[in-house]
Amino acid sequence: MAAGVAAWLPFARAAAIGWMPVANLPMPVAPTEKNKRQDELIILNVSGRRFQTWRNTLDRYPDTLLGSSEKEFFYNEETKEYFFDRDPDVFRSVLNFYRTGKLHYPRYECISSYDEELAFFGIIPEIIGDCCYEEYKDRKRENAERLMDDQEDNKDSKLPNMTFRETMWRAFENPHTSTMALVFYYVTGFFIAISVITNVVETVPCGSAPNQKEVPCGERYTVAFFCMDTACVMIFTVEYLMRLFAAPSRYRFMRSVMSIIDVVAILPYYIGLVMTDNEDVSGAFVTLRVFRVFRIFKFSRHSQGLRILGYTLKSCASELGFLLFSLTMAIIIFATVMFYAEKGSSSSKFTSIPASFWYTIVTMTTLGYGDMVPKTIAGKIFGSICSLSGVLVIALPVPVIVSNFSRIYHQNQRADKRRAQKVQKARLARIRISKTGSSSAFLHSKRNGLFNEALELTQLPYKMNFSDQSSIEEEQRLSKSTSLLESQHHHLLHCLEKTTNHEFVDEQCYQQSYLEAGLQTYPSRSPSLSSQDGVTGTCCTRRSKKRHTPLPNASAQAHMHPLTHPHAHQQGLQELSTIHIQPLSTSRSSLNMRVDEPAPLNCQSGQITTAIISIPTPPATTPEGDAHPPAGPAHQNVVKVSAL
Amino acid sequence: MDAKRVETISARVDAAVSSPDSVEDELELSAVRHRPEGLEQLEAQTRFSRKELQILYRGFKNECPSGVVNEDTFKDIYAQFFPQGDASTYAHFLFNAFDTDHNGSVSFEDFVMGLSILLRGTVQEKLNWAFNLYDINKDGYITKEEMLDIMKAIYDMMGKCTYPVLKEETPRQHVEIFFQKMDKNKDGVVTIDEFIDCCQNDENIMRSMHLFENVI
Repeated sequence: MAAGVAAWLPFARAAAIGWMPVANLPMPVAPTEKNKRQDELIILNVSGRRFQTWRNTLDRYPDTLLGSSEKEFFYNEETKEYFFDRDPDVFRSVLNFYRTGKLHYPRYECISSYDEELAFFGIIPEIIGDCCYEEYKDRKRENAERLMDDQEDNKDSKLPNMTFRETMWRAFENPHTSTMALVFYYVTGFFIAISVITNVVETVPCGSAPNQKEVPCGERYTVAFFCMDTACVMIFTVEYLMRLFAAPSRYRFMRSVMSIIDVVAILPYYIGLVMTDNEDVSGAFVTLRVFRVFRIFKFSRHSQGLRILGYTLKSCASELGFLLFSLTMAIIIFATVMFYAEKGSSSSKFTSIPASFWYTIVTMTTLGYGDMVPKTIAGKIFGSICSLSGVLVIALPVPVIVSNFSRIYHQNQRADKRRAQKVQKARLARIRISKTGSSSAFLHSKRNGLFNEALELTQLPYKMNFSDQSSIEEEQRLSKSTSLLESQHHHLLHCLEKTTNHEFVDEQCYQQSYLEAGLQTYPSRSPSLSSQDGVTGTCCTRRSKKRHTPLPNASAQAHMHPLTHPHAHQQGLQELSTIHIQPLSTSRSSLNMRVDEPAPLNCQSGQITTAIISIPTPPATTPEGDAHPPAGPAHQNVVKVSAL
Repeated sequence: MDAKRVETISARVDAAVSSPDSVEDELELSAVRHRPEGLEQLEAQTRFSRKELQILYRGFKNECPSGVVNEDTFKDIYAQFFPQGDASTYAHFLFNAFDTDHNGSVSFEDFVMGLSILLRGTVQEKLNWAFNLYDINKDGYITKEEMLDIMKAIYDMMGKCTYPVLKEETPRQHVEIFFQKMDKNKDGVVTIDEFIDCCQNDENIMRSMHLFENVI
């Protein structure tokens, strides 16, 4: 139950009177407030700063430090206040959570100190309101990344049990990991540079023989260049094959951009080897040599900046496309205009519209080669308009691309914002579980509630036989087991059950009973034992048999319900209860002491069993309750779990 | 019981003049603040003590800072108590029962008057209130259809996962039982007198009327 509306619980209970005339069964007894205190102001002294609030405000969230009896550990007898030696600034947010029901994250606060304070006071950060949650998550992620980076710098040791293949792959991807990898990295880089320089120098005209025209060096020192080329290609081929061998997923590796660049870089050489010196194909062969320049792209493995640039251009594709499109439009318009303007003049270079394209491009980008100039007045006018507009058309999309780049750059930094979807799901799942925790809490405490009821019914005869002291202790112990708010809420749900003559069960039991309902028709509800036994047996003993673990407290229950199920039925729930509700076990063991007396029990047994058996409760074995106790019922050790 | 309506901004006038705009409506609702009667007057009109009224108002104002509850907030609040089922229909009927002047919102006075009847009223008054709740169109008669609506709303609050499994005709059967018990002259409707008579003769109901007396 969202404790923020705890103030409305009295109203909801009062409104339950609306169900009374409709109900056919007697209603359960209302939980009484044994130690009803007037609402009082309590003082919380946090490192000298005093906060005051009503006790009820703090009681709204019973599974936190301030809402439970855990705060009694911090009570200072002399000054009659609760003293916490923590940060008062963060405490403001914590206290506001109790007051308003919303937890806010102050932006100026350090994320780790805030987390520590929340953990101390037993509040889960998932409750942070939507207004502040994104900021909180961002800061948390940054912090985690920073820690991870620090760790990676420190971590130089090789992970044990890595296969040779994995080691190689790791060496290829992170050259810093070992000296071999570093050597390899520099060697390949060197050879890429050599290869590119070779390609460039090949075309430089070297000194020529006096009677021959200048030849490029490539043709003069063919053999040398060929050897150089072969060496480079061999190195690249070996590197490619090694990467292919080491890749964890070969298919994916072969499709990646870098490997395609590798292949394109070395392919021309092999094609050149294969092809003979045929006259027809030599033209094509020359073209193929152009592809050798792609080797320069191999540098992008060595430079992070190149990679980011490439990625940015890829993601700015739409903006670039827009730029291109608008430029094309302008070029066509102006080329047409210039063509028709210059049509009249003789010896005009503007022979056709496509020919005018060149002039327009040169003018718009303010290059102005001057190989084509307009001669007519109209041409000059339009030419000047063209050059002026060129500046504008180019200048406008560029800031868009620049801002895009900066956005993508920052996005790249927080690349796992894509994981925010999953985080959001996880967060919603946790909040949902804490809400469903309330319904499972009800099913849980139905057992406890029955104990309380049964004990209340047996209080009177016991008071005759035992001292008042022990019975008062008993009451106190039992009343502390659930918070008053919870027990009142459960009583309300109990009344609804009685009104409608149906029970709340958990999902699994519902599924089972739903299936069984298809097979058999249930007898109408009556307090007869046999029918109840049979019915609930099919539903729940099947499951509880799996969980058969002998527990000391089971015997207590067996005594209490001599006419209902055997132990197996109760133990499923009992086991669950003892996992979560350790303090209760003390009260249950004291029940053991009590229940050892058969005589008073037997004479009261009729009353007890009617109170209990008329509600054949299947055990509330909610797996969610198992795994996520923090937001469940207000039991002591649940606080510890959530504080962790 | 006239409450003062303070601080409605002129947007309300504008909204009345111009075409109804959802933004302006929201603006009007958020700007409306409501201050309740003085403590003495409420003390005289209800059966709560001064301290109790203080506690009640603090809780009320905390949840509804504007001083009034509208139906959606009411449904949200009520739904929190019944996580397994759908409490909105029943909350709707409850809202109508509390909103005695039918102005679409429950002010603190309405709230406290209702609570005073439910918690501190005589059995007669409580039964009267319950009859008012069941009588959806407030015509003085509970018909089978009205009762069926109420019953369905109550069963809706149980949700899906119940034991035994809720069947379609369960509410209808329940209504039949109710009418058999209450409708003495078998004319198909239950009047207030039949209702009160029958309830006073039923021990269970009488006992349950006193169940919530120590709630505040």
